[in-house]
Amino acid sequence: MRAQLGRKKESNYKMIKIKDLHASIDGKEVLKGLSLEIPKGEVHAIMGPNGSGKSTLSYVLSGKEGYEITSGSISFDGHDVTNMMPEERAALGMFLAFQYPVEIPGVTTINFLRTAINSLRKARGEEEMDAISFLKLQKARTAELGVTMDMLKRGLNVGFSGGEKKRNEVLQLVMLEPRFAVLDETDSGLDIDALKVVSKGINSLRSAERSFLVITHYQRLLDYIKPDVVHVLADGVIQKTGGAELALELEKHGYAEFEKNQSNGAVA
Amino acid sequence: MADKKTVKQVADLAGSYDAGFVSDIEMELAPKGLNEDIIRLISSKKNDPDWLLEWRLKAFKHWQTMKEPEWAKFDMPKIDYQDIYYYAAPKNAQAPKSLDEVDPQILEVYKKLGIPLKEQEMLAGVAVDAVFDSVSVVTTFREKLKEVGVIFCSISEAMNDYPELVRKYLGSVVPMTDNKHACLNAAVFTDGTFVYIPEGVRCPMELSTYFRINEAKTGQFERTLIIAEKGSYVSYLEGCTAPMRDENQLHAAVVELIAMEDAEIKYSTVQNWYPGDENGKGGIYNFVTKRGICKGDRAKISWTQVETGSAITWKYPSCILKGDNSVGEFYSVAITNNYQQADTGTKMIHLGRNTTSKIISKGISAGHSNSTYRGLVRVSQKAKNARNYTQCDSLLIGEDCGAHTIPYIENRNMTAKVEHEATTSKIGEDQLFYCRQRGINEEEAVALIVNGFCREVMQHLPMEFAVEAQKLIGISLEGSVG
Repeated sequence: MRAQLGRKKESNYKMIKIKDLHASIDGKEVLKGLSLEIPKGEVHAIMGPNGSGKSTLSYVLSGKEGYEITSGSISFDGHDVTNMMPEERAALGMFLAFQYPVEIPGVTTINFLRTAINSLRKARGEEEMDAISFLKLQKARTAELGVTMDMLKRGLNVGFSGGEKKRNEVLQLVMLEPRFAVLDETDSGLDIDALKVVSKGINSLRSAERSFLVITHYQRLLDYIKPDVVHVLADGVIQKTGGAELALELEKHGYAEFEKNQSNGAVA
Repeated sequence: MADKKTVKQVADLAGSYDAGFVSDIEMELAPKGLNEDIIRLISSKKNDPDWLLEWRLKAFKHWQTMKEPEWAKFDMPKIDYQDIYYYAAPKNAQAPKSLDEVDPQILEVYKKLGIPLKEQEMLAGVAVDAVFDSVSVVTTFREKLKEVGVIFCSISEAMNDYPELVRKYLGSVVPMTDNKHACLNAAVFTDGTFVYIPEGVRCPMELSTYFRINEAKTGQFERTLIIAEKGSYVSYLEGCTAPMRDENQLHAAVVELIAMEDAEIKYSTVQNWYPGDENGKGGIYNFVTKRGICKGDRAKISWTQVETGSAITWKYPSCILKGDNSVGEFYSVAITNNYQQADTGTKMIHLGRNTTSKIISKGISAGHSNSTYRGLVRVSQKAKNARNYTQCDSLLIGEDCGAHTIPYIENRNMTAKVEHEATTSKIGEDQLFYCRQRGINEEEAVALIVNGFCREVMQHLPMEFAVEAQKLIGISLEGSVG
């Protein structure tokens, strides 16, 4: 209980500040003045109907090309990251667990992980991790996620099942230890056992120093990853903000209430 | 976008061709141009036996009647053969007995290239023959090799010390009249490497030759001859570099491999000749004829090449599978960037029964470059149960490059099985973004993805060189994105 209080106190510091963000793709505006603040140590969930702008938000946060920010700003831990390159944001400690992880043939998962860890360390002015320390870290982290050596030696995500791909995203999350992670529909394509494993991995990272933004369509994931705050995103803006109970409410009543605001043909 | 521009600028500043320096070493040059007198001069410089001079002159005569091969898929300005030096030798390179006698300046050149000959002699256990412009400057480890009967020396020395061997095999796999470039080589070749592995000997170390073109307007015409007797094994690697120059330089080499019964030759190339600048100015014309023959039953020849340099590459390392149950392999990575052009592939000629061949070709094109795979699989009437498997994959980076696959299959035996698979793909924006989100910058991400694409081939390189080749892939693609 005391620890809980301690965390709450800490949480006055805002890790993420999104101010009046407008973003478009192919000339079509998808985010229409979105504002959001996530204090340090908190887990926020974003729920919303298809086409509300959830995935766009995850891409804009991580700097994907093709998404144009027309106005507004994003800051992370005091840095204005609005126009930063994706790798610069990663070096600062921002992470995105992809909804659709890409395949890279011939690049083994383990080689990819090591390259990523050392790129981040290099960008931060730290020494590269030697092979033995890396293997130790990898062993400790993979066991509980049920990631097998066979998966690590295959080409990145090549021939992985939907569930394996998601587990691989979480493996990268726990290996790279970012200070802010966006989880984009990490629950989609997972059966209940895999969902439990993945949630356990994510929960193990929860700390007073780390914030999360969990994007999901369904309440189910939030049974396992308890959010501090739930936001409803529809038509490119936050329509409503509440506690964990808001997710249950949405599960019961659906998004109909918000969807009437949504214009036709929005992009996911 | 601003960030992409930055990446490009940084890449440009870094300079993408590390081997592009010129060394100021006192040279002895024959007069420019080509005629009978020049050939006689080269011949006397090399102390040729009479038969070799005759051979050269015959080649020269024939060469004048030949046309340049025009079927390859590249555009090339006409070569002015009279504007080339055919002989350039460092003045102090007269047959050094050991490394201590080699001009320290030349050793320095190799050190700069990452091939410290002295250290390699003592530590790495790789025997090196270093060819500088027209002549071999040093061959390391020869005493140790001699103990097991392996001959590893420059071909000029072999001409004097082992004349019967050289005479028997020179031009036996690539006939003097094979093609215009090979014919020119026969007329003017100045040096190269000679390897002989006696019966039943497994060569105790990797053998390698480093070719370096240093002098301006000089052609390099070397010949390599490798003979593996019954039941022997050798792994050989060649590496090539040249300074950055505005004019194009010609490299027309010939490599001949002979594998007897149960012998195996593994031949690897890391080719990094100067590719020209980002506007396509300068660079090496790399016209190479490489061919091996599996003479005896169960012989095996395996070519592995990583081709990243040269303005134009024209090369088809081939295998003649004459012995029954003999095996030919070709593993290739060819990378072209800016205005480079590569037309490369292999020929697998199945003559014996139960012969098998395997071709894995990976072409990567970036910038305005063009990369073509051209391969012939021929199964003769007698090649019962011949098998071939060919896989050609192309990877495109950007919008302005091209990749082409031109397979020729000629099958005259009903029992043969010939398979060909081909794919073409692009490096996806999504793949790049994924890597960058994990902290890997764009240049490194491209190198990572391309190395993954080439993995099947890189696995066949000797370990010592795999790392070098991986780095080279990264360097050759610098500035290809953004």
